[in-house]
Amino acid sequence: MATPKPRVKVPKSAAAGEVITIKTLISHEMESGQRKDKQGDTIPRKIINKFTCDFNGQPVFSCDIDPAISANPYFEFNAKVAESGTFKFAWVDDDGSVYETEKQIEVK
Amino acid sequence: MNRKLAAIGAGAVLACALALPAALAEPVEETLSIDGVEMTTRTKAAEGLPFDDVLSGWLFREAETRALEADSFENPGMLYVERGEEIWNTVEGAAGKSCASCHDDAAESMAGVAAHYPTWDADSERPINIELQIDKCRVEQMGLEPYKFDAGEQKALTTFIKHQSLGEPVELDLGEGQMQSWWEHGKERYYLRTGQLNLACASCHEANSGQHIRADHLSQGQANGFPTYRLKQANMVSLHNRFRGCIRDTRAEFPDAFSDELMALEVYVTWRGTGLSVETPAVRQ
Amino acid sequence: MNINRRQALGLTAGAAVFAVAGLRTVPAVADVAETEAAIKAFTGGAVPEGPGKLTLEAPEIAENGNTVPISVSVDSAMSGDDMVESVMILAEDNPNPGVATFNFTPMSGAAAATTRMRLAKTQNVIALAKMADGTFYMDKKEVKVTIGGCGG
Repeated sequence: MATPKPRVKVPKSAAAGEVITIKTLISHEMESGQRKDKQGDTIPRKIINKFTCDFNGQPVFSCDIDPAISANPYFEFNAKVAESGTFKFAWVDDDGSVYETEKQIEVK
Repeated sequence: MNRKLAAIGAGAVLACALALPAALAEPVEETLSIDGVEMTTRTKAAEGLPFDDVLSGWLFREAETRALEADSFENPGMLYVERGEEIWNTVEGAAGKSCASCHDDAAESMAGVAAHYPTWDADSERPINIELQIDKCRVEQMGLEPYKFDAGEQKALTTFIKHQSLGEPVELDLGEGQMQSWWEHGKERYYLRTGQLNLACASCHEANSGQHIRADHLSQGQANGFPTYRLKQANMVSLHNRFRGCIRDTRAEFPDAFSDELMALEVYVTWRGTGLSVETPAVRQ
Repeated sequence: MNINRRQALGLTAGAAVFAVAGLRTVPAVADVAETEAAIKAFTGGAVPEGPGKLTLEAPEIAENGNTVPISVSVDSAMSGDDMVESVMILAEDNPNPGVATFNFTPMSGAAAATTRMRLAKTQNVIALAKMADGTFYMDKKEVKVTIGGCGG
């Protein structure tokens, strides 16, 4: 695949104090470092090793990731929202790249 | 000969059901709805097929796999649909065109189109599928080379274009050009036993559909969900990749992708799924 | 019936065969000690109190070991002492036992997470929850990893 591209699903609006469900998916091979190429050489590990979700600058959820997470990593979790604001999502690659996206939510 | 084999196949299903009741796991009786669109996963078989209903492979999968396809967010195949959309809109080649330069919004121009592929291509005088249609545009309109078989871009763009027909019933026009004779050739290939295991497509997907081959629940081998996201590869798998993989697994020499042999097989296998919804990107094991 | 029988033999119809060590696709397996060490590092030596408020959900049979959906949840108020700090997932017979650690905050609202993981073979998946009061819970589920079709 080309540059990993995140997909995130957050409800557009919620009631104050509601616990919402967030779903995230990103395209990534998650090369485990366990596989060998046709020459028998080990293919170097290259995975997303960290995922974080913040809301208005405060940490909501994060995940430390090992090579046993499947290609195209999927994470589903919850968040309790008290006010309108912005969710920021970040995926950290072994090569140092950080893939980011954000979503707004309106709290009524 | 073909008819005789088919009859034996149909008999075998019955006999197996009687002799090995534990081995026959019925496909589930559930409804697949994606983004509010109900998919036809079971419908009356086209005339000439030796069973009553054609069944989507979705009905043969475990609950977790079925759930993955049913949720268009959780379905990892949708990542490739999005990638395909980017390619659709990207200018490439000497002519300075993208797919969108000629075809505008795929949601309109491609709606329902792939449900009727393969179709007859008068220029090459053979059936053309979505991959070859993309290549034809690349070469004749865009000043590009054809995609290498199973290039990531080819799979993503094919997936995107087929997805524009999500829910549309598969229906081929066998009256066009020489489609009928390609269908005949495809049918011969379907019932041809090959390889050290001496298996035809029909051995697994007709005579033993519903049985298990080791731990795999054998479907009818329908084409309506391709390219399909396979959990095994954690990637999109094209129809011709699957054809080649199946033939390879019979321990036979396998034909080239898009060869006459496999194009004929695509026409015939696609026809066998007449009436099933296009499910691209389906999720399979 | 003869043809049918031959076909059945050729296909090994109905046999649910599960992956075992030694197949070409199965890499080395982690040492049991590695799993124990990972648990100890997470709990600081404390002994988990059984599943308690923690639930690990995983399929009994995975259709393919490369993509196995799993979910964890801990029954918790997510505030004060009744707070889940993190949940660690381990797979004891993978090449390395580590899978993922989910870190929660009061803003998580609930201690629940879902992901998809790789399992090299049939084995136990382990979930460990760390509570703010120093309590640990552990839940375990065996997932059978099948090998499919002629290709394996």
